Amino acid sequence: MMVLGHDHVRVDGRDKVTGVARYGVEKRPDDALHAWAVRATVARGRVTGIDTEAALATPGVVEVLTWRNAPRLEDADDDELQVLQDDHVAYRGQVVALVVAETLEVAREVASTLDVRYETEPHDVALAIDHPGLYAPEQANAGADTDSARGDVEEGLASSSHVVEAVYETPALFNNPMEPHATVAWWEDGALRMVDSTQGTTPTAQTMATLFGLDEPQVRVTAEHVGGGFGSKGTPKANPVLAAMAAKVTGRPVALAWTRQMMFGLAGYRTPTISRVRLGADADGRLQAISHEAFSQTSRLEEFTEQTAEYVRHMYDSRTALTTHRVTQLDVHTPSWMRAPGECPGAYAIESALDELAHTAGIDPVELRRRNEPEVDPETGAPYSSRQLMACHDRAAELFGWAGRDPRPGVRRDGHWLVGTGVASSSYPAMAAPSGARATALPDGTFRVGVNATDIGTGARTVMLQAAAEELKVEPEQVDLHIADSDLPHGAVAGGSSGSASWGWAVAKACRALRSRMATERVPDEGLEVVVDTAEDLKGRASLARFAYGAQMVEARVDVRTGEVVVPRWVGVFAAGRILNPRTARSQLLGGMTMGLSMALHEEGLLDERFGGWANHDLATYHVAANADVGDLTIEWLPEDDGELGPLRSKGIGEIGIVGAAAAVANAVWHATGVRVRSLPIQPDKLLDRLPG
Amino acid sequence: MRAFDYVRPDTEDEALALLAEPGTSALAGGTNLVDLMRLGVARPERVVDVDRLGSTEVVERDGSLWIGAGVRNSDLAAHPVVRERLPALSRALLAAASGQLRNRASTGGNLLQRTRCVYFMDPTKPCNKREPGTGCPAVDGLSRDLAVLGHSEHCIATHPGDMSVALVALEAVVHVRTAEGDLSIPAVDFHRLPGDEPHRDTNLPAGALVTAVEVPLTPLAGRSTYRKARDRRSFAFGLVTVAAALTVEDGVVADVRLVLGSVAHKPWRATVAEDAIRGRAASGSVFDDAVRAELAAARPTDQNAFKVELARRLSVATLHELAGGRA
Repeated sequence: MMVLGHDHVRVDGRDKVTGVARYGVEKRPDDALHAWAVRATVARGRVTGIDTEAALATPGVVEVLTWRNAPRLEDADDDELQVLQDDHVAYRGQVVALVVAETLEVAREVASTLDVRYETEPHDVALAIDHPGLYAPEQANAGADTDSARGDVEEGLASSSHVVEAVYETPALFNNPMEPHATVAWWEDGALRMVDSTQGTTPTAQTMATLFGLDEPQVRVTAEHVGGGFGSKGTPKANPVLAAMAAKVTGRPVALAWTRQMMFGLAGYRTPTISRVRLGADADGRLQAISHEAFSQTSRLEEFTEQTAEYVRHMYDSRTALTTHRVTQLDVHTPSWMRAPGECPGAYAIESALDELAHTAGIDPVELRRRNEPEVDPETGAPYSSRQLMACHDRAAELFGWAGRDPRPGVRRDGHWLVGTGVASSSYPAMAAPSGARATALPDGTFRVGVNATDIGTGARTVMLQAAAEELKVEPEQVDLHIADSDLPHGAVAGGSSGSASWGWAVAKACRALRSRMATERVPDEGLEVVVDTAEDLKGRASLARFAYGAQMVEARVDVRTGEVVVPRWVGVFAAGRILNPRTARSQLLGGMTMGLSMALHEEGLLDERFGGWANHDLATYHVAANADVGDLTIEWLPEDDGELGPLRSKGIGEIGIVGAAAAVANAVWHATGVRVRSLPIQPDKLLDRLPG
Repeated sequence: MRAFDYVRPDTEDEALALLAEPGTSALAGGTNLVDLMRLGVARPERVVDVDRLGSTEVVERDGSLWIGAGVRNSDLAAHPVVRERLPALSRALLAAASGQLRNRASTGGNLLQRTRCVYFMDPTKPCNKREPGTGCPAVDGLSRDLAVLGHSEHCIATHPGDMSVALVALEAVVHVRTAEGDLSIPAVDFHRLPGDEPHRDTNLPAGALVTAVEVPLTPLAGRSTYRKARDRRSFAFGLVTVAAALTVEDGVVADVRLVLGSVAHKPWRATVAEDAIRGRAASGSVFDDAVRAELAAARPTDQNAFKVELARRLSVATLHELAGGRA
């Protein structure tokens, strides 16, 4: 019997690789119109005129929506969604019109030649650590506190034997799922129907209901297959709003998809981050002070403060600590969620600074982390539900061959390669959110299970089927699973590495309840159905610090002739509760680590200071790691039985792989070369003039 | 994408007649032109598909290898004569693009690929190459990948190709048909520097068709190689590339070719360096002095100054390797 914890091939894998599975706009009705977004070519100002007459006269054009004729929207607490509501331009690339036509080609050509006139104002698009607009937000993303302090960090630093102070920077990073954001929308008797490429149909339906003044049951959103999101589809972007407006105005179904170029400006991104980190330790390497001051940007439309300093709050013991978040509004589009928001750039800064401290103090970097293991969460004082950080390091060290490492930088040469090794910790909170589920026993002995999970390529559909089969004690073939439909009981978003824990909790609860009813009730002809929700169960949980942990060890080689970096060997060991499906779990961890490699060496949004927006906006100029960049990756997980996580006993695995990964690479590059690059990505120009020869 | 006429002529003569009309673009493998049309960078009124006209033959004749314009990059890279006797060409082809693109890209079309300067590629921004007279924002803007040699105030774009860099080092000749007759253009003269006409990438006459590339099969060519420094290990344009060939007799350089790619509007034949190396001892210091002399002409921006040092290191290391030393 297929049960949780055992390897299982994706149940939709064959459909996906043979092209049977249909995504987003592929599921449009035959009579659907095609829409194409027209984007502002100024970074700040006002639209003073749009010549829609010529556009409307073009054969095949059905409608041109602008701020003058677009339907009015209600407030859904996100001004990025207030598209075409007024004449203001808040950033280059903002949608200023939508061309709706009978064919995609006509829509695109008319959109690209539409005459839009602007009144421009001077713009400000560059983040700096001393930007005059920096301010303390009320809170950071995901409810994180803006600031926190423990003791007097200045005193802690002053009394330390070893002090490290450095500034670390990460550039704008773009999620770039393979499937771009896409929506098909149509209206039926005043109700809105949508196929959307989203990480959660429940929140999308709720947001659309608010924007269009509907009751939630009047909106139905489905997302049978989603080609990735990495957080960028966690909250709705402008595409479902525009598609729904166009469908409303034309009375026909409308399909709208972003191009790859639009993914760099209409789909969210990780803000550039600047981290000023100060660490102080006594002679034995015990931290006396941690100070992490994080700086990031947001738009003029909406506040989004990356919770960059959140990582260290829960990670290492220190006698004193200070963490702050400051953000500034720029003439840019609004940053959004991207794989491990906060933890990812935060861990890059902290795990790099720890490496610098280890060198300064003359302590092995793994040993330094061991000496600063906290007994309870340093920020909250809560006990950990489980914490196997050092067990991860020890197993990684064994697999990697860390013991006996020569700590000196820049001394190992193999032909034209300089060789080094680096380590970093990983951590990510183990969260769960309320979800509903429905389980139905049918008279023929089969079952129907409905849970509003979204499978964005993670394998969620497979894992939910495993969860249902396990709890119902039947073969998976006897279960008909229904996911990704807002008509199902409310489901949590596929984000925060919390999907399996959240939906699985509801599935387990529904299936258990159904089995106990079946013990005493006969299954009637119409079936026996139970509907559950986990909101109360989650409220009843003990107050504990729940995190997954990991350790990553990397070998880097730097070519002295060119400054090119390769990473031939990489070990990641994780402790993340029960691993529900080893096959799909391994892919998640491998994907996270590879994305971290990509962040370390390749990815960089190039700000166009003169014109605004991002100058590189395709996958030829915004580099993500290619197969040739990925060396030998070894991934293991430790057994972990944590009874404080919910019925599936799982922590999330979608994000932890990227946390600390870039620091491990940067630390290895430093160990190879003696050059400490504190601004990602590590490209040849940042190393070359400091290499021998 | 603008609506356009698509024509697929059956003969080269028909193609030449069609290409004589203004607003016409020739389409071969389509790996660059189709992208540019989608983006609105290229907006031809008529596309003449010459993909099936180009010869796909690779033949040895009169001491040269003749490569048909329609030969795919992947086929050329794998051709046994190319692999054994023109290693720089094979390596350059394999260093380019991705497997899928190399399967589509043709020899003739590859020569005519356009720069990937981010301003050129974005029709909402000025660019003298795309729209003459609108200005060059790259000069004071994002120039990390752009030219350090031979550029002008009007344009600092680079020719992004790999194959063409090897062809210049191998002293190839590009054979061309025009309505007026056949032409032979040495590879070194095929691409041009921007000057005050940056919209012109090459010296190919308007409406002409590339028919073949001829590469002499010399002993020097057999001692050639190609190295590419880039930001990722595959599917990235070069930061600096080097095509070089070297023969040494009794410790003295008998002959040498050194060509730099991704540093100028055309593959940059380093004749100053070649002259300073030929007839001299095959030593690291000779190579280093020679390459420094060549690069004295470099005029980098703040963002791409590293390319001068990269070109020096990569050139010296490549020559050193060809001379039999370990890099």
